Amino acid sequence: MKPRHKRIVAIVGGVVALGIVAALVLGAFKQNLVFFFTPSEVVEQKAPQGRTFRIGGMVEKGSVKRQADGVTVQFTVTDTAKSLPVTFRGSLPDLFREGKGVVAQGQLGADGVFRASEVLAKHDENYMPPEAKAAVDKAHETARTLKQ
Amino acid sequence: MIPELGQLALSLALALALFLSAASLYGAQTGNAGLMGYARPTAQAIALLVAFAFGCLVRSFVVNDFSVLYVVSNSNSALPLQYRIAGAWGGHEGSLLLWTLMLGVWMTAVSLFSRQLPEEMTARVLGVMGLVSAGFLAFMLFTSNPFERLLPAAADGRDLNPLLQDPGMVVHPPMLYMGYVGFSVAFAFAVAALLAGRLDATWARWSRPWTTAAWCFLTVGIALGSGWAYYELGWGGWWFWDPVENASFMPWLAGTALIHSLAVTEKRGAFRSWTVLLAIFAFALSLLGTFLVRSGVLTSVHAFAVDPRRGIFILFLFGTFIGGALALYAWRTVRIGLGGSFLAISRESFLLANNVLLAAAAGTVFLGTLYPLALDALGAGKISVGPPYFEAVFVPLMAPALFLMGIGPFARWKGASLPELAVQLRWALAVSLVLGLLLPVAMGNWSAMVGFGLCLALWVLLTSLMTLRKSLKQTRSHYGMVIAHIGVAVFVVGVTLVKGYESEKDARMKPGDTVALGAYVFRLDGVADADGPNYKAARATVSVTRGGKAVTVLYPEKRFYPVQQSTMTEAAIDSGLGGDLYVSLGEPLDGDAWLVRVQRKPFVDWIWGGCLIMALGGGFAASDRRYRVSVSKKTKALAEVAA
Repeated sequence: MKPRHKRIVAIVGGVVALGIVAALVLGAFKQNLVFFFTPSEVVEQKAPQGRTFRIGGMVEKGSVKRQADGVTVQFTVTDTAKSLPVTFRGSLPDLFREGKGVVAQGQLGADGVFRASEVLAKHDENYMPPEAKAAVDKAHETARTLKQ
Repeated sequence: MIPELGQLALSLALALALFLSAASLYGAQTGNAGLMGYARPTAQAIALLVAFAFGCLVRSFVVNDFSVLYVVSNSNSALPLQYRIAGAWGGHEGSLLLWTLMLGVWMTAVSLFSRQLPEEMTARVLGVMGLVSAGFLAFMLFTSNPFERLLPAAADGRDLNPLLQDPGMVVHPPMLYMGYVGFSVAFAFAVAALLAGRLDATWARWSRPWTTAAWCFLTVGIALGSGWAYYELGWGGWWFWDPVENASFMPWLAGTALIHSLAVTEKRGAFRSWTVLLAIFAFALSLLGTFLVRSGVLTSVHAFAVDPRRGIFILFLFGTFIGGALALYAWRTVRIGLGGSFLAISRESFLLANNVLLAAAAGTVFLGTLYPLALDALGAGKISVGPPYFEAVFVPLMAPALFLMGIGPFARWKGASLPELAVQLRWALAVSLVLGLLLPVAMGNWSAMVGFGLCLALWVLLTSLMTLRKSLKQTRSHYGMVIAHIGVAVFVVGVTLVKGYESEKDARMKPGDTVALGAYVFRLDGVADADGPNYKAARATVSVTRGGKAVTVLYPEKRFYPVQQSTMTEAAIDSGLGGDLYVSLGEPLDGDAWLVRVQRKPFVDWIWGGCLIMALGGGFAASDRRYRVSVSKKTKALAEVAA
């Protein structure tokens, strides 16, 4: 091979390698994007079945119930317009409280109950997780436009 | 009075920093020795002034001066002394001051250990660092003043976030910042070399120890942060691919690539443009990391809108430093040249592959961290990218990197022969394949992922040890490399085994109840009150037995901090080389029952052990005398020839 051919082979090889890496990264990225839905959107069946997504809102007062095994917990997440029942197995985060903001990640069951695999409440007492706040704001916004 | 003195010191430091950059950059450009002579003393004076200001802030924390707004926001009179001191870097303003202090430390180090450098080079490096510190000082004074007064003074402070009240948090930020800011030295060397139009092997040799030292601090800083998350967040995760963690991981990946690419530039004069670019990017990512974590943009992209001055200032600083450096790079790089040529199979090309993979990894983290933020900022919807993405990408990127890591040190510079490499390495390959695939069987549970991980770890370990026999002339930096690579092997063992064999169980437990996890039986003996200086706590006693024999007794706590009205889970951990037993208290249930989570984390400590070994190796390499002596020897030899 002449040096020029060698260089061409090297460049083609490099481009192919980069292409594979890019395809790998973007494929994984697309597959693992987690979208966010408000309880209203979930109740209106805008959220996908069988795919992981996030919901956010407020934990409804008086809705948190532990089942007899002590490990499974049920609660309702609301954006003030619609409410969504959620179940979760395990310990809730330290900042989880009734009447406070919460974000949960999981899948929607065929019975309309959201099965959370993860409950996030990474915020302090005065602060709402951004997703939870967005959900409540959106519900208020919709309510306002409906009234008009 | 003291806070005002601190502020005065910062203002003086800003003036001196501006003088330093103007005088030394201009002096170096015009060859004015008088102006360049100011560089060292001015740099040291800036460091002293910033240290003084930092002392003033710490003092305000120690004496509970609640007329300082920043102290009110991050401290409380009931807070123990060590956390009051750590509170000085618990928030945005104080971390900026810590950052600037670290920059002062590095500037002083450069001014002291640069005797063998040409005067222009030292002046330019300190000038660039002076410019960076001027930017940060101005940012602090104009938008984030830690000494801002609160009038009338508050009766008491709002307390430090309980999560940060931990010994790990006392040392984690300073270590991390030493690493971040350390890359400013490599950056300054790169810019200085671009300014001088001289990017050669000598430049690479001067940059190497500084880059490696910064990398060591960053490695330790990240490991401390990960360890802190593991025991302090209370649920046993050691890496979450959280944006805060990614922010520190990106400069680490770029820095690791830079260390390897600098080696090629020093030894062979190749990759010069790429090395300079990496030096710029490593620092850019460090800046990005600082700002991402500290500007509040992560909790909400709209936090910027609360104080738009901060956001604009940040963008301006970032644009000036990085944009300026890149423009200079584009302008000068034509003159740099390509350096020595090499064949497709050579040490250069193995290191090139290492760089491509590390850069791709950094790009991957960048995409996953910033794309959701960008989308949110544009109002295009809320998404998140979780650990599955990073895991799906990292394994295929890092596995070939680990494989090549074994071969690289055996390949000759310029050109190597594959058959020869195969002969040298066949036994290492065979042994690591057989052992790696058999070990999981011995551990009682074979899985492809564990086998694969162990094969790679053994391969790296064996080949690293073999390089010790390879040549007779062993330098300190070579030992450093071997140690760091062994650290990588240890790290991979930890990650593989904890991912493959960890187990956990949540259970409702009353005093006297037991729960079994594998061979271990956990018994809740009781829960009692145990109050601390600034919190109330419930403390459980959990005794662990294995086959009827007592293993350990653990005391997990649930703490309540009244000032911030927040609850904290304090896990109890029994650590060992073979793995950890991890117990955390969930929440109180009906009656005297508690929700308890028990976990077993096999070999988890190897993860941080591996990081520490990597950093140790880096320290060895950075302290190689070659970096200090040979240059002056050369100049001496040259001087003798001239005489």
